[in-house]
Amino acid sequence: MTDIAATAPIHADHAHDDHDHKPGFFVRWFMSTNHKDIGTLYLIFAIIAGIVGGVLSGMMRLELAEPGIQYLQGWAQFMGGAGDEVAGKHFWNVMITAHGLIMVFFMVMPAMIGGFGNWFVPLMIGAPDMAFPRMNNVSFWLTAVAFVMLVGSMFVPGGSGNGAGTGWTVYAPLSTSGSAGPAVDMAIFSLHLAGAASILGAINFITTIFNMRAPGMTLHKMPLFVWSVLVTAFLLLLALPVLAAAITMLITDRNFGTTFYDATGGGDPVLYQHLFWFFGHPEVYIMILPGFGIVSQIISTFSRKPVFGYLGMAYAMVAIGVVGFIVWAHHMFTVGMSVNLKMYFTAATMVIAVPTGIKIFSWIATMWGGSISFKTPMVWAIGFIFMFTVGGVTGVVLANGGVDTALHDTYYVVAHFHYVLSLGAVFSLFAGFYYWFPKMSGRMYSEVLGQLHFWIFFIGVNVLFFPQHFLGQQGMPRRYPDYAEAYAYWHLISSYGYAIMAVGMVFFFVNVIYSLVAGKKAVDNPWGEGATTLEWTLSSPPPFHQFNELPRIA
Amino acid sequence: MTSDAIRRKNKRLALVAATIAVAMVGLGFAAVPLYNLFCRVTGYGGTTQRYDPVAAAEEPKVLSDTVSVRFDANVSPKLPWKFYPEHPRDTVTIGARDMTIFIARNESSRPITGTATFNVTPDQAGKYFTKIQCFCFTQQTLQPGEQVRMPVLFFVDPKIKEDVDARDIQEITLSYTFYPVDDGKKAS
Repeated sequence: MTDIAATAPIHADHAHDDHDHKPGFFVRWFMSTNHKDIGTLYLIFAIIAGIVGGVLSGMMRLELAEPGIQYLQGWAQFMGGAGDEVAGKHFWNVMITAHGLIMVFFMVMPAMIGGFGNWFVPLMIGAPDMAFPRMNNVSFWLTAVAFVMLVGSMFVPGGSGNGAGTGWTVYAPLSTSGSAGPAVDMAIFSLHLAGAASILGAINFITTIFNMRAPGMTLHKMPLFVWSVLVTAFLLLLALPVLAAAITMLITDRNFGTTFYDATGGGDPVLYQHLFWFFGHPEVYIMILPGFGIVSQIISTFSRKPVFGYLGMAYAMVAIGVVGFIVWAHHMFTVGMSVNLKMYFTAATMVIAVPTGIKIFSWIATMWGGSISFKTPMVWAIGFIFMFTVGGVTGVVLANGGVDTALHDTYYVVAHFHYVLSLGAVFSLFAGFYYWFPKMSGRMYSEVLGQLHFWIFFIGVNVLFFPQHFLGQQGMPRRYPDYAEAYAYWHLISSYGYAIMAVGMVFFFVNVIYSLVAGKKAVDNPWGEGATTLEWTLSSPPPFHQFNELPRIA
Repeated sequence: MTSDAIRRKNKRLALVAATIAVAMVGLGFAAVPLYNLFCRVTGYGGTTQRYDPVAAAEEPKVLSDTVSVRFDANVSPKLPWKFYPEHPRDTVTIGARDMTIFIARNESSRPITGTATFNVTPDQAGKYFTKIQCFCFTQQTLQPGEQVRMPVLFFVDPKIKEDVDARDIQEITLSYTFYPVDDGKKAS
């Protein structure tokens, strides 16, 4: 630490000929302390994890395309397990578990916070780097190891077959007495590592945002994306340790004979659900809040207007974060709660619609009367608003304790959280990716391919997820590989939707490869006067070390 | 680039943040006893109350209303016992003490220790279902073939009639499940 401080003045002296010096390949990418490089690593990591999680969901849609069990036993055998029916059905559970955990912990979170957060929080607040560059590196590699642990767990015994088949919620007693073998231990340990990585990242972001802002960059002048990451970091800091405690007790229940979640020894499995959702509900805001921030930047840029109601937007996110901690039991309305408790959790949950509504209205008001250009990032951002609103509306329906009794654990819930996450969060990720791609790579993406990606993906995911509302209302339970003939029609359409979406993703990958190889060189600010944040004042891509002389914000 | 002053500030803030994280881990574990306490105080999940003659200043008032109490007995598949109530139901005057008998018999050829978990339904009756004496408070060891009659002494707290959510309850089910006591597992 001290030697860096000692060499800092020397660096400053040579600022002009020295400031873009990059280390060799191995040191640069494997021992990176540069926030932009780590951000790039996170984005690559998230794309790889997204491919794994996406292939898993494709396999599930294939199996669900028609009633009966077609492929599961073969897949279970292929993965090194037994080829019988039990192992096949267990493999189904393994797939839903892995899909959920990968998409939450290894795709959305690394991309939002690790990827865009690392890349653009320091740039937007005018800081040379994150506060703790080495801790940043530790966070990334912990996440990578956690991912390897989780994928590895699919190949070791986990009860009635290989892999952890507990669902992403890892509810006891299925995850304790119900799943012998090391797979569930590995999955839990993977969550520990990913959680530790995120907590370190959160500490890093909080410190960076509070202490490293350029002169004049007051909290109330920070871009909304930085605000969103700040709120997210606090949610991570408060929620993830509770998950760590809860799953540590799972480990001891599994291996060391404790009975925290076991009624035979005086424990209670419902306690695990409380602890899990005390983490789990803030977690869904952890996934969506940075998306809010990204969308705010993009809507403002492409409407050529400052965002409407800036302070309201910032404090709406704070409000969502705070209220997000006191609504957790709406995930478990069916465990046997008194009417009063259900009433409270119903009302508290609905309150969240207020700050969320403020955000939706402010985005629309930003566009209102603006000089809008429908470039690829903008269409993704508008797609986000539409999708998130649909998911939000079904969320208000599900918030009702009485309604939830009927819809709990049905495809209606699946449709709801895929509209807010798979469509909401992922749309904001693509919006951010196209928005910042010129800045990160120094090359323009192909507008035609970007638009094709959007429209095909948009149609695909809607065909994929909208029918799941109908399935849920007809009573199709989630997490089942087989179903009655009555559900076949919408399941088949849903699977077609997956295929359409997959075609859309082909355009994404073609676009990325084409743009990196042959894309037009990007200017410093390709978006014009609407892009007012600090990252657009730098070159594209930005220098390896930026802001050696701190910018002053008027 | 980064001055020593900022470096120090950063370290201080990071320490504060790390302390918050550690405190939240602590809170996660503290949830176990807190949840227990919460259940006992509020009767959450049908947790019954235990009569404390010292704390109870006066004997409960006996009302003229009655409530039907049903008794339910279950045994874990791992425990080779027979376990059943002597009478499956009883009509109880609210506020008055009542005693019921559960019968347990060890049908194996070795002595076994068991312990019972219990609750009442509907959940909101838990706050008012008060046990004075119960076999469920202690572990029970039965010799091979031994049969015991185990009394439960309880009353329904007359305050149930003042609770808008519970005063209409006509029937309360008291349920027990016996589990073997595993030496490796702590009984809390």
